[in-house]
Amino acid sequence: MPLTHPETELHNPQSTKPPLDPHLKALENEAIHIFREVAAEFERPVMLYSIGKDSSVLLHLARKAFYPGRVPFPLLHVNTGWKFAEMIAFRNEIVKRYDLDLIEHVNPRGAAENVTPFSHGSALYTDIMKTEALRQALDAGQYDAAFGGARRDEEASRAKERIYSFRTPDHRWDPRNQRPELWNVYNGMVRKGESVRAFPLSNWTEVDIWRYIQAEDIPIVPLYFAKKRPVVERDGMMILAEDPRLELLPGETKREEVIRFRTLGCFPLTGAIRSEATSLDDIISELETATVSERQGRAIDRDQSGSMEKKKREGYF
Amino acid sequence: MTAPATANAVQEDAAGQVLAFPAAETARATRDSRPLRLITCGSVDDGKSTLIGRLLWDTKAVKEDQAATLRRDSSGKQNDLGLPDFALLLDGLQAEREQGITIDVAYRYFSTDRRSFIVADTPGHEQYTRNMATGASTADLAVLLVDARVGLLEQTRRHATIATLMGIKQFVLAVNKIDLTDYDRARFEQISHEFRELALSLGVRQVTAIPLSALKGENVVYDGRASMPWYDGPTLVEVLELATTRSSQTVGFRLPVQRVSRPGESFRGYQGTVAGGSVKPGDSVVILPSGMVANVTKIVTFDLVRNAAVAGDAITLVLDRQVDVSRGDMIVAIDSQPLTGLAFDAQIVALQADGIQPGKRYWLKSGSRRQRVQVQPASQLDLKTGKWEPAEQLPMNAIGKVHLAFDEQAIFDPYEQNRTTGAFILIDPDTNNTVAGGMITAKRSALGGIHTEDARVILSLPADLADQLMATELFAARREDAEVRRVSAGKASEIIDTIDG
Repeated sequence: MPLTHPETELHNPQSTKPPLDPHLKALENEAIHIFREVAAEFERPVMLYSIGKDSSVLLHLARKAFYPGRVPFPLLHVNTGWKFAEMIAFRNEIVKRYDLDLIEHVNPRGAAENVTPFSHGSALYTDIMKTEALRQALDAGQYDAAFGGARRDEEASRAKERIYSFRTPDHRWDPRNQRPELWNVYNGMVRKGESVRAFPLSNWTEVDIWRYIQAEDIPIVPLYFAKKRPVVERDGMMILAEDPRLELLPGETKREEVIRFRTLGCFPLTGAIRSEATSLDDIISELETATVSERQGRAIDRDQSGSMEKKKREGYF
Repeated sequence: MTAPATANAVQEDAAGQVLAFPAAETARATRDSRPLRLITCGSVDDGKSTLIGRLLWDTKAVKEDQAATLRRDSSGKQNDLGLPDFALLLDGLQAEREQGITIDVAYRYFSTDRRSFIVADTPGHEQYTRNMATGASTADLAVLLVDARVGLLEQTRRHATIATLMGIKQFVLAVNKIDLTDYDRARFEQISHEFRELALSLGVRQVTAIPLSALKGENVVYDGRASMPWYDGPTLVEVLELATTRSSQTVGFRLPVQRVSRPGESFRGYQGTVAGGSVKPGDSVVILPSGMVANVTKIVTFDLVRNAAVAGDAITLVLDRQVDVSRGDMIVAIDSQPLTGLAFDAQIVALQADGIQPGKRYWLKSGSRRQRVQVQPASQLDLKTGKWEPAEQLPMNAIGKVHLAFDEQAIFDPYEQNRTTGAFILIDPDTNNTVAGGMITAKRSALGGIHTEDARVILSLPADLADQLMATELFAARREDAEVRRVSAGKASEIIDTIDG
């Protein structure tokens, strides 16, 4: 599958790409600093890779941080089995192209009990296939640090998350008892079994992500760009109707719409937006006039008030 | 941003449905500076949540679905202007919403056409010192909030003192709720005068006072000329847009080494973020603590081989010879070196319930260097009076002066000269928790029995101690034998350092 934005093979060290503006440069420097610090202080780091735009930026920054060396840790993809097909194809291409170590984990219980977003509801499904699966994968690898692409501007409970976010051996986050974090001096001391989640993109906003993708020519999943696609309306969301496992309910009809996605997750739980944005320029202008937040299209955030905080306490990313 | 505040009110129908949001501006942001980091200090009573909410709202950082969630959660708690309860937007944790309090430092993001901003939002009451110190550690500017009806409070002095200690040199005094004084100009001027006096006593010269109403959105993002024709100064956002971001480019080159990159036998590079000054190929550098000298051959980054790097840049440095460099070492300019030694003085903020115990051994982390240190508290700042009182231990939230004693060479700059290489955290080895944030003031030299024939001694003392010594009879009797100059702590250590050679 061709990537949307081909990167120059083995980028040219004398490239004439214009330098980043000071704003993006500062964010990039901070993220690289965090990557290097975690890689140096922890024994078994891993990077959570969700294939979305934030993960794409995160991966790009990791490659920059360790250049000319390889990325010194594996990528972990927690697969629910319900990702968009285009995401998986993109992931496989990226792993090959950049010579990365990828670990894929699917919760065996979910597979055995046939847990689906349709049969179990979004809350229970997310709990088993994402939160529980993530805990299993982190335990199996005995990772003491896991990079994630979360940003503080995404959701209210994230605004108080540290850049090094401490987790107990059972992966719990205690928002009331976080370690203070001063300057850019990070406390990476953990006991056996304890870990940190490290968030190099903490201070980035959604617009920063897109502007950086544009400035750095970072490949992303084509679903972010508008195109005529089959959709079906369900629970107030437009969901992609491509996967044969999606059964239409009585009264539902499949139709074609010009749509794109602002965030990517599991296709049955991710709402598309009507959009004509077919380029990064279009996306950025659309975003600068947008009146809804990016997580508006995510069903799992809306289950209950404070639902992201609850999931995070239990070990969700 | 000159539209009057009234143009910005949110329209709603009877059912509380939002009909129209502030018009979005389409102009593409140009980012010719890094984000400005600021801290807001004040309490709920001063309208801090409303002010931050107003900043986010009027710069369109709040989206419709977030506002809708807000509306659902606040159920009728909106204020009389039909705006959502901003405090709910800000207090993200469940416990906070339930108890109506702010627990912890939260970070907020907004931007204007000119610049983007990161706000460290810290609670006004509970554990304010600890959280304020955390928020202030990275801030370029502090916004201090007061209620126009109440004026300066004891807490205003505390907030200003802490912010100053943490190295903030730009202040905005937001005189909020000015609408509730009928836009009383004399009142505003009196408060801003009092604050200027306070700031000067702390050595702060960059102060802007602004009369504003966060609730009505006057002089926050949009001007309040309609209500306050007598005020022709900038709005809060205008001040923030023009504030300077701090940089440590004028000091000597510093590269704390985070890791050594050896992808193959042919390449060996030292990776880290430049913590001061600049570097270019050909520069001579010293590796500390070993003292070995080398020359820079290349600055490697993913994009290109660069011909220079400045403070803030994350780089990989290649040297011209095989030297022993490992994580925690510092590569520095040969002609402008930091202080190295086994004993330093510092100011710290105690962050945990156990406080700081005398003589206890902690881990100290500064940059990428972590080492054992013994901490001896000497005095504690009384935030009410601004005086340092003798102290043997420091309880939580205390600000103290301490002596640090190391087993191995430590490497620092005075915090006043470099906010990166002069800063550190203390980690309790029993709990692994971060128990203090600290700022180096000077290197201690262990002198004793300094009296020898025909010699003079240069003493560097805190000004208050000098005052006390000079007031003694002994000193007064021989006043003409002494030379006294007042200098900054950083300058003093610089002078003393030149003598040490």
